[in-house]
Amino acid sequence: MPEITVISGKGGTGKTTVTAAFVHLAGNAVLCDLDVDAPDLPLILRPTREVAVDFRAGHVAVIDPSRCNACGFCMDICRFGAIVAADGEYAVNPLACEGCKACVALCPAGAIDFPVRRCGRRYRSQTRFGPLIHAQLFPGAENSGLLVSELRREARELAVTTGRKIILSDGAPGIGCPVISSLTGTQLAVLVTEPTPSGRHDLERVAELTARFEVPAAVILNKADLGGPAAGAVREACAARGLPIIAEIPYDPGVTAAMVAGQTVTEAGIEAVAAPLRAAWSAILELTAARRAA
Amino acid sequence: MIVAIASGKGGTGKTLVTAALAEVWPRPLVAVDLDVEAPNLHLFLHPRLSPPEDAVIEVPVADPARCTACGACVALCQYKAIALFGDFPTVFPDMCHGCGGCLKVCPSGALTPGSRVLGEIMDGRAGAIGFLMGRLRIGEALSPPLIRQVKARLAEGLAKTAGRVDALIDSPPGTSCPAVAAVSGADVVVLVTEPTPFGLHDLKLARHAFAALGVPVGVVINRAGTGERRVYDYCRASGLPILAEIPFERAIAAAYSRGETAIGVSPGLRDIFDVLAKTIRGLVVSVKERTAAHA
Ligand code: SF4
Ligand code: SF4
Ligand code: SF4
Ligand code: SF4
Repeated sequence: MPEITVISGKGGTGKTTVTAAFVHLAGNAVLCDLDVDAPDLPLILRPTREVAVDFRAGHVAVIDPSRCNACGFCMDICRFGAIVAADGEYAVNPLACEGCKACVALCPAGAIDFPVRRCGRRYRSQTRFGPLIHAQLFPGAENSGLLVSELRREARELAVTTGRKIILSDGAPGIGCPVISSLTGTQLAVLVTEPTPSGRHDLERVAELTARFEVPAAVILNKADLGGPAAGAVREACAARGLPIIAEIPYDPGVTAAMVAGQTVTEAGIEAVAAPLRAAWSAILELTAARRAA
Repeated sequence: MIVAIASGKGGTGKTLVTAALAEVWPRPLVAVDLDVEAPNLHLFLHPRLSPPEDAVIEVPVADPARCTACGACVALCQYKAIALFGDFPTVFPDMCHGCGGCLKVCPSGALTPGSRVLGEIMDGRAGAIGFLMGRLRIGEALSPPLIRQVKARLAEGLAKTAGRVDALIDSPPGTSCPAVAAVSGADVVVLVTEPTPFGLHDLKLARHAFAALGVPVGVVINRAGTGERRVYDYCRASGLPILAEIPFERAIAAAYSRGETAIGVSPGLRDIFDVLAKTIRGLVVSVKERTAAHA
């Protein structure tokens, strides 16, 4: 079953707008928002929540003052600067604690507890286009890569039980742990970029990542008309890497208007943008079919 | 004074604001790119950069000859970065967070410190502006350790200047661990957003995340004039000051795509950033005065 993940190397290139249009065009996909830090797909899909569960992962150190003899050893142990001392009392800053357990294991007084950490919430929802798997990580929380892996596993199960043929994901931004988790096992990564020096730079880095994980990739150049020379540079970079550009989309103020109205650009009928996206979706289906046939 | 420019998501114009502010900043400045997964600030400030220096994290190296297969390291490691196969310890360096715990609990000295490259650190100058950046190695999952190392480098540099130099930080987008690692320790947080439903949603997340830091937070609205008014209503209702509005103009986008900041686009835009720089400094100074009055 094809899993298609839309990523961008940086946020704000129009990744979610593009994904939402594909959601509409696919019709029969299981949908997944893997940007667990700032999930925006629900703003367009306006889901109804059906299931919500806590995402628990890892642990956090907590010093029990009644058992602590204030020796200060934990402060020397912690490599993450998470132990703070005030007025001779030691405590853990939960935002800085990586949950590595070193202080817990080594405190001579056994004064440090290590409870499981609640990192966020996971949701299964219903939208007008089908089921959506999404989540919200709590501020400053870790383990986003693990959460992304959990969402993808749930999406696969749901695809099997509901008989849906495609998993379509709005990927995480960046190139770090959540993106790596977004990509492993994906059949096609759609890289959305813009014609700016930063768009090109980030595209090259994310393309290197997809190559490293041997995930086939295709590019969408958004707001293609806003940058002359930089657009050329993006095209050259794609050609040099053998990356197909499956759509060039012009800037259109209607895109923001559709977002405000909670509609996909294809529903809103913004043809200048919708037409190249429809062509891109056909190209994606061909690329994934071709790959399955190979 | 350390100013962190952040946003609930990427692409709102964080780098655009940081680069333009750096150009008009009225005091000696170092511009720092802590968006190590997608560092872009250098593409607009065009610094001359030093040769990159590897940033490394400590990971254990196991010596099977000394290992007694006691299992203490495996029981400790929270990231499954060490396993015993039969009686042989195996380290998976990519999964190690560098906490150093296993080296301390190993009773037989079978683990010694080795290293893994996280990425690179570069510094340099763009005219009068000092410059510092980190760039994550492709395939490296952990950005916070690299962010912390670049920050340590910044702190060293700032300590030598006795408060005469300010720092502007281009932070990673979002509100999870990399963003918090980058923003913590700043004297003021400037959140860049846009007047759209995405912008509003992500601004709310960012406000909740960064309010916990206990420093003043203000908002810059980019692409003003597009979208809707709800971002303004939200700022007003929640007491978030709007520090500046940057209009949507094709000329800004065009300059950006040429690798230029918005300063050169028009005198009006330069004024916007001049005022923004003063407003940001004012936020910090007024807090300092208030704190002094309490003391
Ligand atoms: S090592 Fe244990 S006893 Fe010592 S200060 Fe830390 S928590 Fe307290
Ligand atoms: S668990 Fe690790 S990161 Fe957390 S406080 Fe203890 S030593 Fe520091
Ligand atoms: S240093 Fe910490 S994270 Fe790395 S292998 Fe040892 S216990 Fe695990
Ligand atoms: S703690 Fe040391 S001796 Fe024990 S299993 Fe690990 S490496 Fe071997």
